Amino acid sequence: MTPPDRPPGPPVEPPGDEPGVEPPEVEPPRPAGVEAGGIEADAGRWRKVVFDAVVEGNSVTVTLLAFVAAIVVGGLLIAFTDPVVLPKFGHFFSAPGGALGAAWSSASGAYTAMFRGSIVDIHTVSAAFHGGSITAVFEPLSETLVNATPLILAGLAVMLPFRCGLFNIGGTGQFIGGAVVAGWIGFAVQLPPVIHVVVAIAGGLAGGAVCGWLVGFLRARTGANEVIVTIMFNYVAQFLLLYLLGTHAFRRPKRIDPISRVVHGTARLPHLLGGTLRVNFGFVLAIGAAVAVSWIIKRSTLGFEFRTIGANPDAARAAGMNVERGYIVVMLVAGALAGLAGAAVVLGTDYSLTPGIYGTYGFDAITVALLGRGTALGVVLASLLFGALHAGGVQMQAATQTPIDIVIVIQALIVLFIAAPPLVRTMFRLRGQRSGPERRAALKVVGA
Amino acid sequence: MTTTLAPSLPPTASPVTRRGRRLSKKTVGGGVIGVLGLVDIVGFGLEARSGDARLGLTLAGASVRLSPLKLPPGPTAIVAGMITLVLAGLWLRADLGKAARRAVIVGSGVLFMLSFLCWASAGKSMSLVGLLQSSVDRSIPIVLGALAGCLCERAGVVNIAIEGQLLFGAFAGAMVASASHSLYLGLLAAALAGALLGLILAVFAIRYAVNQIVVGVVLNVLATGLTGYLYDRVLVKYQNTLNAPAVFSRISIPLLSKIPILGPVLFDSSIFLYLTYAILIAVQVGLFRTRWGLRVRAVGEHPVAAETVGIRVLGVRYCNVMLGGLVAGIGGAYLTIGSVGPFGKNVSSGKGFIALAAVIFGRWTPIGAMFGALLFGFADAVQNILSVLGTSIPSDFLLMVPYVATIVVVAGMVGRVRPPKADGQPYVKQ
Repeated sequence: MTPPDRPPGPPVEPPGDEPGVEPPEVEPPRPAGVEAGGIEADAGRWRKVVFDAVVEGNSVTVTLLAFVAAIVVGGLLIAFTDPVVLPKFGHFFSAPGGALGAAWSSASGAYTAMFRGSIVDIHTVSAAFHGGSITAVFEPLSETLVNATPLILAGLAVMLPFRCGLFNIGGTGQFIGGAVVAGWIGFAVQLPPVIHVVVAIAGGLAGGAVCGWLVGFLRARTGANEVIVTIMFNYVAQFLLLYLLGTHAFRRPKRIDPISRVVHGTARLPHLLGGTLRVNFGFVLAIGAAVAVSWIIKRSTLGFEFRTIGANPDAARAAGMNVERGYIVVMLVAGALAGLAGAAVVLGTDYSLTPGIYGTYGFDAITVALLGRGTALGVVLASLLFGALHAGGVQMQAATQTPIDIVIVIQALIVLFIAAPPLVRTMFRLRGQRSGPERRAALKVVGA
Repeated sequence: MTTTLAPSLPPTASPVTRRGRRLSKKTVGGGVIGVLGLVDIVGFGLEARSGDARLGLTLAGASVRLSPLKLPPGPTAIVAGMITLVLAGLWLRADLGKAARRAVIVGSGVLFMLSFLCWASAGKSMSLVGLLQSSVDRSIPIVLGALAGCLCERAGVVNIAIEGQLLFGAFAGAMVASASHSLYLGLLAAALAGALLGLILAVFAIRYAVNQIVVGVVLNVLATGLTGYLYDRVLVKYQNTLNAPAVFSRISIPLLSKIPILGPVLFDSSIFLYLTYAILIAVQVGLFRTRWGLRVRAVGEHPVAAETVGIRVLGVRYCNVMLGGLVAGIGGAYLTIGSVGPFGKNVSSGKGFIALAAVIFGRWTPIGAMFGALLFGFADAVQNILSVLGTSIPSDFLLMVPYVATIVVVAGMVGRVRPPKADGQPYVKQ
């Protein structure tokens, strides 16, 4: 994950560095030359770094190119499955321009709609200048943040056990655990305003933590493979949720379909920008959790133990660390994070429990954690990207009838390409790097 | 022959022996069996409704007719529970051999299911043969998925992408069979689609040495997204031409299908069941009785040693991962052209993950994996029949049973199994 062949001399940060891609642990000291007036030499060095980055493809370049490649493949998929475009290819040899033009407009139309739904819609900006609503300008961004919030939290819940050598596929189950407890406190309990939401969030943390702890306990005490156990717990939690939604304590009165009662106003997370924009305090919680996880990994004894166990459990044990306790604690914390994601969705946007409340967060979280390359900042940035893709996908489906599942495809392609830097290099004909460190970098993509 | 490859070193991969309070296999196993016995007596025996349970032993239209088994639910369950408790005591007290332990596990499981079925169908009749037939049918994709898992993992590549391969196979099978009006072409396309996903897994896992679980998970996401997208965009629009395949019809094997009870269960099904027999035997014999199998297992246990004696490690791995994909693709085809016909979004619904559990369940042997898969198929069928019979247990809890059973088995009974030693580790030529 580190560009393995830094140019000799004092290490320099590559330009345009997305900090999430660089592991902060190896952040090099600033070169002394910057303050010492060696600006021209420095500029030369910068040029070399830029040149190397572009030609050889360091991890930032690879990340960007992987994104480009995924977008291109996705675009081809959109264009060549479009019912409007396909008939035109029947006349491809008589009128190639018509077919290609239709393909281009199909793909670009979909992506434009996606951009409008996730970043900014030009029409709302010009409308705002002519006395329209200003909040409408920020609505796409707000949706992006809303979508990113549970992804950040669930992504951290996958990333942290990665560092400890565990693979937590149980995000879905832990998410449900948190959502159920937080939701129940939200609609079944009466408490004063601020206290209610705090208690509900704490309940979400606890609900998820129990689910995570169970996995860690089984792993530590019986050696049960955590991949299998978490997959099975996902199903158990889904059926438990269905059962609960049928019980008297949860079901909304006068409704036949399985949906819970509505969370009281006192337990809802406040909107950050007020009004109709859905972005809420859950996003702040997610960022706070990311900072906390980053601190745990990098600065705390616990995090050092996690990383050591992840790197080599036998060595950790020989050094006197309690590996079993490490497994239990890391899964407890991960469960709490995923549970917080569930709480953020129930208390922040949905306000009630439904059978499908867990969405695809559990599995999206895995892709987020992979893209984030084992750092909290990386997870945040990856979540923002995927949150934008989701928010845009909704708009795209509405505007161009392109099924939103294309977003899942693009997501998977991005991670697939990033996981194999040599593949991206081959595709874009970048100069190959020495295979040794590259291979290791590929192996280290999980940050273990 | 199995033992020829046992490594001389103790397995360092198992993180289970050294420190921390551990529950012994004996305690956990005895405890679980004891609980089963108690549930038999208290749950099913004392709570039984009046009226005999009639368990049908023949299907309608069979030439040899057996009269249905009539059992009083209460006494049956209490007797079954007492026998189970005795078995639990035996497990805890005596040092049982391997065969005896297996007999105890199977026996207590069968007794539990018997008392449960009697309890559920008290005063009603239920076709036992129909139940078994549907269990076998439902376990076909799981068995094939598990065989795919065995093929890959024995060669040292973890295949989490079984779910995606099933889904790809189901999609390709339905689409090609529908477009070409040929079921066999559909089956072929399904197998190739599975193999294609296997090839992608192999390229990333072997050539680029990416973490295998990571690739598997991402491929599952990709398969879900791609089939979901194409379904919404293409199949829904051209429903009649692209997503209306026929279904393979049942083939009764002459003579064998006339055997009472076993005949309709094992020898009266679609081509998929017979294909499954063939592949199961081929993989089991191939892995443990042929030169090819010895090489595969060598690659999965100790690739460096295998390379030293001249086995092409990477070649074997590529070959096996693609073979696995092929087998899983056929399993996927069962989900569409073998049972329901048209493709639906996410039609595999987690069966690939269940197959993964069945592989561990069966300790990485094809036969064992088959038994694990049968268990899941049986649970699936039982839960289906119970929703027809209408019992007082909420159906959501019944749906949970196979998953909880997996956790119990993985954690308790066979928690200390040893995977192939080099499973999941990329091999870089020295």
